[in-house]
Amino acid sequence: MQLSARFKNAGESLKRTGKQMRKNYAAYLFLLPKLILFTLFIAIPVVWAFLLSFQEYQIIEANTFAGIDNYLKVFQSEAFRQALLNTTIYTVVTVPFNVITALIAASLIHSLGRFAQNFFRAAFYLPTVTSMVIIAMVWRWMYNYEFGLFNHVMGWFGMEPINWLGQTDSALWAIIIMQMLIPFGVGIILYMASMSSISDSLYEAATIDGANAFQKWLKITIPMLTPSTVYLTLLSTIGSFQVFTQIILMTGGGPGYATETLVHLIYKTGFRDFEFGLAAAQSVVLFVIIFIISVLQYKVLNRNK
Amino acid sequence: MKKRFKVNKLITYLLLSVAAVISLLPLYWVFSTSLQLKSFQDEELERPTSYVNANPPKMYPIGITEYLEHWGKARDAEKAGDAEQEAYHREVMSMIVKDTFSGFKNLFEKNQMGMWFFNSLYIGIVVTIGILLLDSMAGYVLAKKRFPGRNLIFWLIISTMMIPSQVTLVPMFIMIRDLGLMDTHWALILPDLSMVFGVFLMRQFMLSIPDELIEAAKIDGASEWKTYWKIVLPLARPGLAALGIFTFMNVWNSFLWPIIVLNSAKLYTLPVGLKTLQDANLADFKLLMSGAAIAAIPMIIVFLIFQRHFVKGLTLGGVKE
Repeated sequence: MQLSARFKNAGESLKRTGKQMRKNYAAYLFLLPKLILFTLFIAIPVVWAFLLSFQEYQIIEANTFAGIDNYLKVFQSEAFRQALLNTTIYTVVTVPFNVITALIAASLIHSLGRFAQNFFRAAFYLPTVTSMVIIAMVWRWMYNYEFGLFNHVMGWFGMEPINWLGQTDSALWAIIIMQMLIPFGVGIILYMASMSSISDSLYEAATIDGANAFQKWLKITIPMLTPSTVYLTLLSTIGSFQVFTQIILMTGGGPGYATETLVHLIYKTGFRDFEFGLAAAQSVVLFVIIFIISVLQYKVLNRNK
Repeated sequence: MKKRFKVNKLITYLLLSVAAVISLLPLYWVFSTSLQLKSFQDEELERPTSYVNANPPKMYPIGITEYLEHWGKARDAEKAGDAEQEAYHREVMSMIVKDTFSGFKNLFEKNQMGMWFFNSLYIGIVVTIGILLLDSMAGYVLAKKRFPGRNLIFWLIISTMMIPSQVTLVPMFIMIRDLGLMDTHWALILPDLSMVFGVFLMRQFMLSIPDELIEAAKIDGASEWKTYWKIVLPLARPGLAALGIFTFMNVWNSFLWPIIVLNSAKLYTLPVGLKTLQDANLADFKLLMSGAAIAAIPMIIVFLIFQRHFVKGLTLGGVKE
């Protein structure tokens, strides 16, 4: 009895769903093209990547189950450990620096008149719209040992030229310095937008209490910007773990493994050595790392709320 | 008090100006190097043959001042009636012009820069139009229609936004290869059209369109398509503008996937072309910077014209979390 009633209910609710689906066929039609593309080029490849990571798969010989062999190989390889270390150093140095300087720059710009605001915003955002390919090419030129701009300028101050990209101990730092000196345009624009939505009454109240400009900045502006800070830190950390273009165009990961990064290693493993299974495992590890860091950052940065 | 205020303002301007110079210097250096004299030799003045590799570096394209110098001398010679001297300086002038733009000439004549530019442009336009259409359609129904599976689909799409795109590189490579699309533009266009960020953006934007307008259209007997095309799309124009610009920029600058799937020089997009250009001419910085300049100019123009929409697009995607 109970069972058949439940079946009846289920049948009815199915019928209802079917009816609604017919009624809403237009909605499904509107979604269909995107859904097909999404399934083919995102959903299936994502699942496939996980499956591949457990397979032995070189370019043609396909599909032998390999268990966790690929993952063992990933963690045993020196290249991967070095890539993980380099990517981490790169992220730990550049992300906080870029977020903080974006905050400072946005605060300074925000205090100016409209014309100056537009000018500086454009000046700081322009490198962001320029392809990283172009930026990397010109920095490689500026870092050039013999004729590069930097060694010339350092020469004016009596400093010895540095083989920026060619030495093990300076190459990673050259990439890091470059990233620090490219303004975080997205951050500046978002911070400025958030600042203009902070209510004036907060500042007025603080003025009555006798707070100076710096105190107001520290006690009102920065706390009120926390959601933006969380978002920007997450965004740039995720981007930073995917650093690739600079590496392939400026150092190729070298010298040795000095500037090897995770995505560059995935690229090399997958598309130079054609070790598809191994590359898939590396990319799954990258995903897990990014996921864990995102969750941790979100928790830590939001803990004051 | 007032004086201190002014000092603060001065320091603000000073700091920001220094930062702006650092920000724009690399771009300036692209253009400056691309126009620098390279193989020009002025025997009379015994100057170095390559100003690109000059020591100390020339901070601007030296051809400008050289040209003016010879132009003045040619005029003086003309006044003095010295036809031989005048002809010499005029010849040097034309050599300077030729040498200044030699990088660009080489790109178009010995490399397929024109083709790469065209490929980037048309792929960017095709993908942008496709994304605007598909994502606004999907975003519209996800924001305004109630139907079974709506939330499931929305969360499915949103959750994949967290997965780094490198995860799908290998499976996508195998798929594109098995579909026989390797080394075609389809290999770029199809995956680009499946990006989901725009669906999210359009849904967020469409939520703010009042339901009454859509209901009114329905009462007037407009079909679903007509409601979308005549009522919803025009109201979503600011969102579409922002999404369109970001899509175009992403496609124009896209690099990792194109270098994996494109092999034929005539199919390259600009970033791929630039990479192969660098691989083949590692030390010819005038040539490399000429290529970089050509790739940079369109985005700089787009940005300067549509600056407002860039700001809008960023704040749409970011602040309203």
